[in-house]
Amino acid sequence: MAKIHVSTTVNGDAVEFLCNPGETLLDILRNDLQLTGTKEGCGSGDCGACSITVDDRLVCSCLVLAVEAEGKAIGTIEGVADKDQLNVIQQKFLEHAALQCGICTPGLIVSVQALLKENPEPTEEEARYYLAGNLCRCTGYDKIIRAVLDAAETMRGAA
Amino acid sequence: MPIVDYKVPVSVDEAVIMLKGCNTAVKILAGGTDLIIQSKPAGSDPLTVVDIKSIDSMMTASIDDEGLTLGPAMSCAELTARDDIKSVYPGLIEAAYLIGSTQVQGRASIGGNLSNASPAADTIPALIAIGARCIIAGPDGERVVAVEDFVVGVGKNCMAQGELLKSIQVPPPEAKTSDAYLRFIPRTEMDIAVAGAGVSITMDSEGVCTAARIAIGAVAVTALLVPAAAAALVGSKLEESALQAAAAAASAASKPISDRRGTADYRRHVVGVLVKRAVSIAAQRAQEQ
Ligand code: FES
Ligand code: FES
Repeated sequence: MAKIHVSTTVNGDAVEFLCNPGETLLDILRNDLQLTGTKEGCGSGDCGACSITVDDRLVCSCLVLAVEAEGKAIGTIEGVADKDQLNVIQQKFLEHAALQCGICTPGLIVSVQALLKENPEPTEEEARYYLAGNLCRCTGYDKIIRAVLDAAETMRGAA
Repeated sequence: MPIVDYKVPVSVDEAVIMLKGCNTAVKILAGGTDLIIQSKPAGSDPLTVVDIKSIDSMMTASIDDEGLTLGPAMSCAELTARDDIKSVYPGLIEAAYLIGSTQVQGRASIGGNLSNASPAADTIPALIAIGARCIIAGPDGERVVAVEDFVVGVGKNCMAQGELLKSIQVPPPEAKTSDAYLRFIPRTEMDIAVAGAGVSITMDSEGVCTAARIAIGAVAVTALLVPAAAAALVGSKLEESALQAAAAAASAASKPISDRRGTADYRRHVVGVLVKRAVSIAAQRAQEQ
């Protein structure tokens, strides 16, 4: 079966790859582009570990075909920090110890970034609903939510 | 079915030709939140997918004097952000907002929710309630099917191979008309309806209900339009007795199954309660106009 050539942008950089028509964007990111920050939990759209943005829209990369990336702007966890400088959200996750094993963390941070872009001042309830598609087996969510609300406040202060 | 070919038509006509000309099984790709999962198990027949998201009319929605025209592949996230649509059809937006997580809503579409034809799909009762129609394009031209007739079984819609859901249209509502959608799930997010109710209610200036459409979901093989429930409301001021009669009619029309989400008896009862509550919400909205 002929591979399809795809030209796209990942975290602002032009990227090209070859893929099979049925391959997911998650698999291409991890296996071909070596961007392994995006995680696979369920592979079926339930856990949010694979969260990325496509043209600024938060999606599960396990439910996107790699060919659909043609001409789009993809955002992954690798694009969140400014080189060695952690983003505020990442910093707040560390300060609040909002992670244990860490497998949910990249997906959560990408989702939180999307949340705060849409709604810079979320209530706790709004934050919990928005992030309901990001499952965490370790933390019990409380520290995550505290980190999110603190990050939101810090970002508002800086703006 | 493994996906072996991917096509990107830029017009409805081109899509119809591609759907017809395929020598493998073919499926239409919109948001992919059902299709990509369904295509993952290995084995059996190879599948061609036709991605309709490069067709402009599939991705846009308009609302004006002619009514509402919905591009079937537009994502729920984009739809629920449309205040112009929400102000006229708050119930439809409520239903779209209940589909999956934020991430899933970023891709999932109304056309996909409808075509995938789950008995528990949230947008189907909401669309039936507002009298939505499906415009279907095919090799022999177009046809129009009411949403209540579009879904014909569990996971089955009325489209033949080679046909395509081109748009969803809703005629403009009468004055003082509004809608509401409620579903019951055991938690508050990320679950599938145990029962659902979509209603549209028209009131007059005296507070009398002059027209109603009541649809119920997740309590039969397909979502059902329940004319008997509407009949119980029309001509009344929506007093408790009328609401009770509508609830009883909805429960009587339901044919639920028992599964791990709830027993048949429970669903039959809950769907009546949801109808009652949704009618009150829609009537209040209609009266505020
Ligand atoms: S891996 Fe994509 S949602 Fe779980
Ligand atoms: S930290 Fe382990 S799953 Fe969230």
